[in-house]
Amino acid sequence: MFGWEFPPHILGGLGTASYGLTKGMSLQNDMEITFVIPKPHGDEDQSFLKIIGACNVPVVWKENDWNYVNDRIGSMMHPDEYFWLRNGIKYDYQRIYTNDLGCINFSGRYPDNLIEEISNYEAVASVLAHQLDFDIIHSHDWLTYPAGVFAKQISGKPLVIHVHATDFDRSRGQVNPTVYGIEKRGMDMADHIMTVSNLTRKIVIEKYHQDPRKVTTVHNAVEPLPNINSYTKSPRKDKVVTFLGRITMQKGPEYFVEAAYKVLQKTSGVRFVMAGSGDMMNAMIDLTAKRGIADRFHFTGFLKGKQVHEMLAESDVYIMPSVSEPFGISPLEAMQVGTPSIISKQSGCAEILTHAIKTDYWDIDAMADAIYAIVKNPAMYNSLKELGRDEVNNINWYDAGLKVRKIYESVM
Amino acid sequence: MRNICFYFQIHLPFRLKRYRFFEIGKDHYYYDDFQTGDRIRNVVDQSYLNANRTIAEMIRSSNGKFRCAFSISGVTLEQLEQYAPEVIDSFKELSRTGSVEFLAEPYGHSLSSVYDASEFERQVKMHADKIEALFGKRPTALFNAELIYSDEIGELVSKMGYKTMITDEAKHILGWKSPNYVYNHSYIPKLKLLVRNQKLSDDIAFRFSATSLTADGFINRIAALPEEDRVINLGMGYEVFGITQPAYTGIFEFLKALPYYAMEQQMNFVLPSELSKKSESAGPLSVPYPISWVGNDKDLTPWTGNDLQQEALNKLYAVGERVRMCTDKPLLLDWLILQSTDHFRYMSHKDPYGTHYESAYEAFMNYMNVLADFLERVDAQYPTTIENEELNELLKTINHQENEIERLENEIKKLRARKAKKEE
Repeated sequence: MFGWEFPPHILGGLGTASYGLTKGMSLQNDMEITFVIPKPHGDEDQSFLKIIGACNVPVVWKENDWNYVNDRIGSMMHPDEYFWLRNGIKYDYQRIYTNDLGCINFSGRYPDNLIEEISNYEAVASVLAHQLDFDIIHSHDWLTYPAGVFAKQISGKPLVIHVHATDFDRSRGQVNPTVYGIEKRGMDMADHIMTVSNLTRKIVIEKYHQDPRKVTTVHNAVEPLPNINSYTKSPRKDKVVTFLGRITMQKGPEYFVEAAYKVLQKTSGVRFVMAGSGDMMNAMIDLTAKRGIADRFHFTGFLKGKQVHEMLAESDVYIMPSVSEPFGISPLEAMQVGTPSIISKQSGCAEILTHAIKTDYWDIDAMADAIYAIVKNPAMYNSLKELGRDEVNNINWYDAGLKVRKIYESVM
Repeated sequence: MRNICFYFQIHLPFRLKRYRFFEIGKDHYYYDDFQTGDRIRNVVDQSYLNANRTIAEMIRSSNGKFRCAFSISGVTLEQLEQYAPEVIDSFKELSRTGSVEFLAEPYGHSLSSVYDASEFERQVKMHADKIEALFGKRPTALFNAELIYSDEIGELVSKMGYKTMITDEAKHILGWKSPNYVYNHSYIPKLKLLVRNQKLSDDIAFRFSATSLTADGFINRIAALPEEDRVINLGMGYEVFGITQPAYTGIFEFLKALPYYAMEQQMNFVLPSELSKKSESAGPLSVPYPISWVGNDKDLTPWTGNDLQQEALNKLYAVGERVRMCTDKPLLLDWLILQSTDHFRYMSHKDPYGTHYESAYEAFMNYMNVLADFLERVDAQYPTTIENEELNELLKTINHQENEIERLENEIKKLRARKAKKEE
């Protein structure tokens, strides 16, 4: 599998989904997974799969001695493996800047020269495709499509790509032609395409002109949260309604502010939290001031790891008014800790959730109504809390893994 | 001689409009007239008028031998009066043939029989008055909303003077017993119970087109029952004719052909009240917990099964006593409409039959917003700080004040007269 992120060092939902899916698939005993990411940190959980860091794979032949290699990357990879992979170098990649080991320095993030990094990743894929023994190639998201396609061309093994998002989601329709080109080529070359929701499936079919028979939806799931009981709600007078995510156009933060304004006109005793950061944060702060609700509206900045779950558990309502969300795993996480969720119908997760309130992202009246009902009506709150938690606990990655397995078998 | 007893249920709910929380206290009109009107037009044109015409013809051609009963909820009668008065006229015509009986039911098609006994009594009386006013005859048989029945409800009904009640075939109640007999209340023998034959009723209502049922096939099915099974109760929603089973399936022709084949096999059509009058009871039926006519379990869970439904019902019926003291007409009408079982059915997670909401939660939110406004209006009539009993006393005083003043004035007159006499 080619991926871009893997926990614990993640920047978005892609890493979480990659982890969950591979873990769920590893429960099938006859499945062995090798997961390639640009730059591992060494603290990834490798108990159920093998992780290869692209930054440790040589693409240019350099003579080095065993001990030197051991010194340099011994903590990540066995030096023997380095030398063995080195035999897979079949092409001349001298044009790429490499270090003393003949490896490429990856940032592993989303830098400005992302396109260059993607093509470097492709070079690594060629080495791996020559050297590794595998039955199927699985590429997660557009960053890794070129690598997957190249590996397919070299090895002749089937390629499955996993669409976690498309550029149409990220840009509200203003697609970047380069990105679209990469995505389209990946999809055209793939033997099968997996999408995280029917919503995304539709985009792939309509906007990328793919044969519907080649596109299958595999909904994401959620990992059971360890020590779930440690997240508690501290008693407080006011109810808390939370938005959590990148404060960007895609997530529809302005609709949350407007809905909050509607709620606060009718009732007090409710506070609103916008957690996260993003390019629209300052605009949102301005908007709350303009609406005169800044005293009831709080910004926390970027939250990570445990803080996220704590914030969710402390909330009385979680709201995700995304304009376009291929899946959206955070409502599932909120429901896990017993927080009722309001999600937009334009989110993929709305397809599999019953015990969450669904509204159109632009329908601030409906959103405000739902917030009001949950904070004012204990029966509503409790139903959503209990039934929602049960529902989410029944969505697991193992089942998703079985669906992926079926798709593998259909192309092999 | 076998008896076939047909009864049809008609109930159309008033649909609530989308009512947001910020309208609470501002907007006191809760109904989506367009949706309600549209639905009525649809069901009237496709079903009721055709079915009524068919039944009128059956009665005529069978010389009044074909007989059937109707249970039409009060709120539906009001809707029909408003949107499709021709249906009322056509029922009046049917009633003039003397072959049709109208059954009583709680006016608002409510769950009051379970939640509020005095409300139930009031609504049944209201409905009986309405039926008498429209069709000239007071009902003696009762068809509770959703066919809800229990010993307790039976007792209430019997106390109101009804002699016949209809209930559904529930396996855990009947056990080995057949529905094809007349039974009686578990400790009030004079209240007769008619048990709807679920299988045969559903054969028509739900399986007619799928199984290509024919009239002689259906009558043969009845004829094949054991000799002792004298009574076949067939009950279904009236919209079966034309909506559930559209006209093109031949449902109307099926209906029309029934009396002919039935009479060929020496079968009679009877009305529920006649049936209970002329049949001996086969024994008591004990129903300790309420049953309904929905689902396999025949219980109340489609309306009261989850927390949302419980909450809504409790909040609604908590003000029953208070509302009955009010005299504000629009408020009293809203009170009836808000009690319709449909609103609670829409809040079911498992079985929201006929819902126009996207989820149970949405149905609940909308209903609770409406209810919040309604409760505010009740509050505005009489503040909640006064207890019901105290309020009752106060109201008595107010209502009697004219008599009181008159009495006192008379007394003054008398005293004055006496004084004048003395002075003379």
